[in-house]
Amino acid sequence: MQAIMTATAAVGVIGLLLGLLLVTVDKKFKVETDPKEQAIRGYLPGNNCGACGYAGCDAMASAIVHEEAPVNGCPVGGASVAEQIAHIMGVEAEKTEKMVAFIKCSGDCENAASRAHYVGISDCVSAVASGLSPWTCDYGCLGFGSCASACPFGAITVENGVAVVNRTLCRACGKCIAVCPKHLIELVPDRAPYAVRCSNRDRGAAVKKVCTAGCLACKLCEKQCEADAIHVENSIAHIDYEKCTGCGKCAEKCPVGVIRLRNK
Amino acid sequence: MRLKTFRGGIHPEGHKEQSKGQPVRAYLPKGELVFPVSQHIGKPARPVVAKGDPVLAGQIIAEADGFVSANIISSCSGTVKAIEERHTASGARAVCIVIENDGQYTLAPGIGKTPHNGTLSSKDILDAIKAAGIVGMGGAGFPTHVKLTSKNPEAIDYVIANGSECEPYITCDDRLMQDENRSIVEGLRLVLQLFPNAQGVIAIEDNKPDAIRAMEAVCAGEKQIFVQPVLAKYPEGGERNLISVISGRDLRFGQLPADVGCMVCNVATLHAIYRAVHFSEPLMERYFTVSGDAVASPCTMKVRIGTSAAELIEAAGGVKEGCTVKKVLSGGPMMGIALSALDVPVCKNNNALTVLAHDEVEKAQQQLTACIRCGRCTRACPIHLTPQMMADAAEHGDYEQFEKRLYGLDCFACGSCTYVCPAKRPLMQLFKQTKAAILAAKRK
Repeated sequence: MQAIMTATAAVGVIGLLLGLLLVTVDKKFKVETDPKEQAIRGYLPGNNCGACGYAGCDAMASAIVHEEAPVNGCPVGGASVAEQIAHIMGVEAEKTEKMVAFIKCSGDCENAASRAHYVGISDCVSAVASGLSPWTCDYGCLGFGSCASACPFGAITVENGVAVVNRTLCRACGKCIAVCPKHLIELVPDRAPYAVRCSNRDRGAAVKKVCTAGCLACKLCEKQCEADAIHVENSIAHIDYEKCTGCGKCAEKCPVGVIRLRNK
Repeated sequence: MRLKTFRGGIHPEGHKEQSKGQPVRAYLPKGELVFPVSQHIGKPARPVVAKGDPVLAGQIIAEADGFVSANIISSCSGTVKAIEERHTASGARAVCIVIENDGQYTLAPGIGKTPHNGTLSSKDILDAIKAAGIVGMGGAGFPTHVKLTSKNPEAIDYVIANGSECEPYITCDDRLMQDENRSIVEGLRLVLQLFPNAQGVIAIEDNKPDAIRAMEAVCAGEKQIFVQPVLAKYPEGGERNLISVISGRDLRFGQLPADVGCMVCNVATLHAIYRAVHFSEPLMERYFTVSGDAVASPCTMKVRIGTSAAELIEAAGGVKEGCTVKKVLSGGPMMGIALSALDVPVCKNNNALTVLAHDEVEKAQQQLTACIRCGRCTRACPIHLTPQMMADAAEHGDYEQFEKRLYGLDCFACGSCTYVCPAKRPLMQLFKQTKAAILAAKRK
């Protein structure tokens, strides 16, 4: 019995001493943190994606407090987070527009012609490095889903040979843009009603040979647009969303249907 | 006596008997010929002809742009049809000069004549090589005149003629050594003239006894030139390995052959040097093997540079009856590049097409498992790298580790590690793409 008592007492005393030591150390070596920083950190999404350009959410919070980064600097958090952070910082948040990634290719298994059967590491970057493309189009989506595996939010899936972005899940962090070896992904405003789903920079006849859904650079859309928002540059139509009114006349006239409503 | 060899390497099946016994015939292409302006390492050549221009065989159609570059020569006579982007064997699109062949093969003036009267200076030799657009014909495609221009020619004591041809299926160097043994030795003599203190060694793998006999026959009585049979092992023909076998010197990471007093030239390059210097004949044709189990009559042919791969497969009898082609490789099965289209031209540094009815890679991919750390890849690596750790670094995107601590940039993608891997891991593809990514980042 006595042995148990002694042991309990000994452990108790040691515990007490260590506890006191911890308290002293905590007081003495306290790291001063800005309460603002902690509050901001609380509102940031916390997935440390690095899309803001800082090493992670902690670094971003500190940068905002030191006024190195704008309050709406987190593309993932969007307008709501920017508003909360602006409130903490006591400034007015500028309006941020929700952007989403958009894949400029519609060369799926029906539209694009197949060239070869690629065998190797199942990844777009590897396929491009090996020189083998499963499609005859040199510009289109390969469909191995490097973007899908890079997406921290699970917003991209490969459907029928082409990557597709889920607009509600996408947070516009831009990781997919960095990884796509064909440079097919662009951030567009979420409200943008129409987009050009092609990146082929060849001339009409060459495009027709490889894909039934490729931009022929015929410039019909350019002629239709009343807002001067769509232009054909480098043999590919591109919409300027600052000017686009969403009237849909370009899509109506497009002979290959490459300008489409985005939620379709 | 045991034959000389290096540490590491593998023994893949040779399959050389398929095309070995066939006599060599010249194949003259029928359709258009395509000449990429970049068939070498270095800056692409600058086209000097325009659409619609008439050209003659042997005429320079694109000039070397800068020091590390090479002339591009038309191998047929006809008219320039277009200068446009076309697919090449690497799968990428590159600027090509397309020539509509008139089928006459009219030679440009001055070709075939001996331009000198016996005495040649080093500069004459190098100028002739440069004008002929000669590049390393063993595969690398490094401009030969650049390689042979040495700051200190006295320091070179070995000029190695590479006739090892370790890649399976390919027999073009074997045939060349039998048919053109004299001109190879003459070519070697010209290179030796540039390096006064060097001896010439012709290295041939022991699985080519006919070539060894043919070369020995012309080297008998030579004081400066020897034939050295080496053990048939892959990749014996790799520059580093051959240097280590012949001279006993090992190249450290980042060193060039000249740093250890060696110079390695493929036998086909030496043959081209001889033709260029003594006959002013530019590089228009080369020995080329079309082999593989899906080809009706595998053979080695003398083909014109610029001929399309599809045409050459037809010339070799086409696809064997009842065979489905699974894979066509530019080169052999170890280091060759799989083609995604057959309308690609033969370049100066391409030596073979391998047409296969089976795809080993596909089979391997189905059996892919995790690395079991057996270390076989490390034992097989001919330049003593650690593929298993390199793969780890490459997969995690740790390029610094890959480059600085594992010397991954020295990997020359021989594929020995991938060949022996029991877990069937695609090591070589991983290394190739990682190397490309690192080099691309450096260029930025």
